[in-house]
Amino acid sequence: MKFTKRNLWLLIGLALLILAPIGQGRYIVYTLTSWLVFSIAAMGLNLTLGYAGQISLAQSAFMAVGAYITALLTLNGIHWIVAMPIAVLSSFVLGLLIGFPALRVKGHFLAFVTLAFTTLVFLVLRNEDWLTGGPYGLSGMPRPDFGLFNTGKNINFYYFTVFIFVIFSLLMYQIVRSPWGRAFKGLRENEIRAESLGVNTRRITLLAFAIGSAAGGLAGSLMTPLVQFIEPGSFALLHSLRILLMVIVGGAGFFFGPVVGAGVVIMLPEVLRFTEGYYLMIYAVTVVVLIIFCPKGLVGLGEIISRKILKRKEVRKDFEQGAKL
Amino acid sequence: MFKQIAGASALMLAMASPVHAVDIAIVAELSGGGAPAGTQYRDGIMLAIEEINASGGILGEKIKVTQHDTQTDPQISKGLVTKAIDDGAYVIMGTVYSSSTIVNMFEAMNAGVPQIVGAEAPNITQKGNPYVFRTAYGAHRGVPSLTGYFRDNLKAKKVAVTWVNNEFGKGGHDVFVAEMKKAGINVIADIPSEAGAADFAADVSRLKSAGADAVFVYLHEEESARFLKEAKKQGLKTPLVGEVTLTGQKVIDLAGDAANGAVAHVGLTAQANVKSIQDFGKKFSAKYGHQTDHNGIKGYIGMWAVKYVTEMNGAFDQKKFADKMHGLCLDVNKHPNMLLTTCWDKDGELARESFMVEVQNGKQVVTTTVAAAK
Amino acid sequence: MEQLIQVILSGLATGSIYALAAIGFTLIWQAAQTVNFAQGEFVMLPAFFVLIGINFLGMPLWLAMLFGLALSVLILGVAFKRILVDPLLSHGGLSLIIATMAVAILMKELVKEFYSAEAQPYPALVPQGAWDLSGVIISLQDISHLIICFVVIVGLTLFLDKTKVGRCMQAAAQNAAVAEILGVNVKRMILYTFVVNAVLATLASFLITPVYLAKFSSGEYLGLIAFIAAIVGGFNQVRGALAGGLLIGVLDNITATYITAEYRQAIPLLLLIAVILFKPEGILGKPEGRAV
Repeated sequence: MKFTKRNLWLLIGLALLILAPIGQGRYIVYTLTSWLVFSIAAMGLNLTLGYAGQISLAQSAFMAVGAYITALLTLNGIHWIVAMPIAVLSSFVLGLLIGFPALRVKGHFLAFVTLAFTTLVFLVLRNEDWLTGGPYGLSGMPRPDFGLFNTGKNINFYYFTVFIFVIFSLLMYQIVRSPWGRAFKGLRENEIRAESLGVNTRRITLLAFAIGSAAGGLAGSLMTPLVQFIEPGSFALLHSLRILLMVIVGGAGFFFGPVVGAGVVIMLPEVLRFTEGYYLMIYAVTVVVLIIFCPKGLVGLGEIISRKILKRKEVRKDFEQGAKL
Repeated sequence: MFKQIAGASALMLAMASPVHAVDIAIVAELSGGGAPAGTQYRDGIMLAIEEINASGGILGEKIKVTQHDTQTDPQISKGLVTKAIDDGAYVIMGTVYSSSTIVNMFEAMNAGVPQIVGAEAPNITQKGNPYVFRTAYGAHRGVPSLTGYFRDNLKAKKVAVTWVNNEFGKGGHDVFVAEMKKAGINVIADIPSEAGAADFAADVSRLKSAGADAVFVYLHEEESARFLKEAKKQGLKTPLVGEVTLTGQKVIDLAGDAANGAVAHVGLTAQANVKSIQDFGKKFSAKYGHQTDHNGIKGYIGMWAVKYVTEMNGAFDQKKFADKMHGLCLDVNKHPNMLLTTCWDKDGELARESFMVEVQNGKQVVTTTVAAAK
Repeated sequence: MEQLIQVILSGLATGSIYALAAIGFTLIWQAAQTVNFAQGEFVMLPAFFVLIGINFLGMPLWLAMLFGLALSVLILGVAFKRILVDPLLSHGGLSLIIATMAVAILMKELVKEFYSAEAQPYPALVPQGAWDLSGVIISLQDISHLIICFVVIVGLTLFLDKTKVGRCMQAAAQNAAVAEILGVNVKRMILYTFVVNAVLATLASFLITPVYLAKFSSGEYLGLIAFIAAIVGGFNQVRGALAGGLLIGVLDNITATYITAEYRQAIPLLLLIAVILFKPEGILGKPEGRAV
């Protein structure tokens, strides 16, 4: 690996991840793990939204699919390491199936269709109690035991999640840098132009959507052993909106934007908890202010600041890249 | 010499208890759909804490209380219970909603922290958790008290049930259906609805055409009010029978005279013509400016139970607390702030006398008292 | 048979309220290209203004209603447009969507924290009576909802088509740049659109709250249905919102009575998906071309 400034930052980030939970109570470790799990989901959505420009409100439904499949399999004795790929694959296939008809429509329409899909998934999970436990949900899922390493304790599970997160990020990075990734960006910047240049927009959009869904499935698959109890309410529309918020607040289209966004969305309520009844209000106002003043999200804000401090080459306006929402 | 021994013992006692002496954590639904129930529960607890601290606290220590808002989200409630345990809570007060309690109680159980809950779904005391204790009995205790009423008073041969499709509603529904089967009464219509549903036109219409002798209504308070209004509007004449969520003061306020005639079996009602409960209601209104309800009573007696049991043990020992509660009866004459004589069994299930209530002229009128189930 | 008529009538009555909420939604969409995720809360809030007027300021009902209307126009119309829409319009639709979501949360929390977390009784505008027509119960409330809704829709359509201001509003919505060249004060037209939406939402609030009860969370479901109604019916036509609202009201009731109660909420959603996939401009809408 080249010893570039960026790789240095990455190593520092990794070190922080490893050191973060040391000496903290179980609740903080649990929250940190939750943050990483949602980062994975948000990064998936970022691929669909930030890189390929498609608004999806279905991410929590794919998390639900991943979570429930993993739960049903692990509750029946199948090890997580086998259950997880099945869950991720199922999410990917489901993403293809849903995307195929849904992506014929654009923009706000796609948002509505995915919104309806999410609520439908919630209803099925809630009503079909012979399979899903209905409103009671499923409980008692075991944390994976890898022989030498048992993830039962919160802190062990945290390191396990870090490991998965790092592998996932590397995979994501490869995708974004590959020809597919460039096609996604072309799609986002100007779809018709991309098509005229020979990009098979239908197929590429479908691919972005399906990969994003698979990421959602992976996040769900991690969530099951983390919380050890899942019920339909955790995957309702509200949670899709939360994940969307994470992507926007962090900065859509930036690689680590969703990680920052997930951090804010998950940690901010914790930080504000001391304000008791008022914290949701403060949270809402903060979000609005953030959106008004840094529409490119926090990472975008960071870039603007760093551009002011470190002079870089001026980019011609119509060459400027970035998610147009 | 004696002073030295006393001082050393006190020091050892202080070091032996693994938690801060009297940290009480309230983990309740202070926002979201469960806010009305959770805030009442919290208010009852705070009133109790005020009284307890004014009279010297528990074993001479004043109570330090922290409030945590679960937002009526089960996952958040689980996290907050974990947090409360991390912060060294002696006892956790809450949650009220069954859907949250069934999730978070395992955290408390694994850490050996007693938890005083307001939830009523049957499965909470059926999971082998030795640290959970109810403040209102589960549906599997309450609903069967109605079987006699359906069979003997109403002489019903066919009944309908309308219920809210969540943990709470399903619990009551399943128990009711089983009870009716045992009593040989046919359930001819089964009508679920959503929590927060506003439009009961279809539900009432189905009930009208079903032609049942009586209807068992197991919805949350606001939905009960909307249901009653719709029933009145469509002229549903069938007797409506339910539990505390059908005839509470809140329902009467919201439904107006549409509530008249509704009958319910209630474990706790602020309208019971029992002096201790009436006095509590007055104290509560004086402090908070609004009326209490069964959730406020749950919080109040739950907190006082913590004081009584801890003082019986003479120490802040969580395991001893749980052991003492199993099979304990707190006689209201010796422990007046329990408001009614209350007993717990080895699963944390509660037994206490209860009431049949009918709404007449906009008021809850207690028609009979039901003895505590064995 | 009576049951079917009863169910259809109840559905139409509920649907007319959905329609009122949906129309405003449609107007805002056209004028500002925005999905207003706070529309449900816009219907929830005016009722609370009225309750504040009655309970805290001691006003009689009619004065409290005027007070509620005035506050709604100011806050949900003018303030909303100036503080939220103007800065965010240039940043694109998604930012505004998120902002309206945040505003929805803010409104809910303000009511919950500063007024009450519990449902409140609300005085009915229409007396409680009902007629019994051979087994079918028609309540005065249902009839009045339907009539008021029709009157409003006819009035609004006439306003938009026949008056100068109305036609300017339509022009600004269809093509703001050209309208401006032709001398239309586009900014003011957009403001008027938001004011009209506030008035419509207030009206819906006054009608529906006696039935649904005033509670901070009553906007959630209503908002969702309002926009499904707008899209299903066709959101470039006011008539579309009416058709969508009534259709959903009736379908919802029929489903719940005859088919399934548990999947009742699925029907509007499936309808939404079907309409978007097969006729995206809605049932009564006119197909829109897309700029390249």
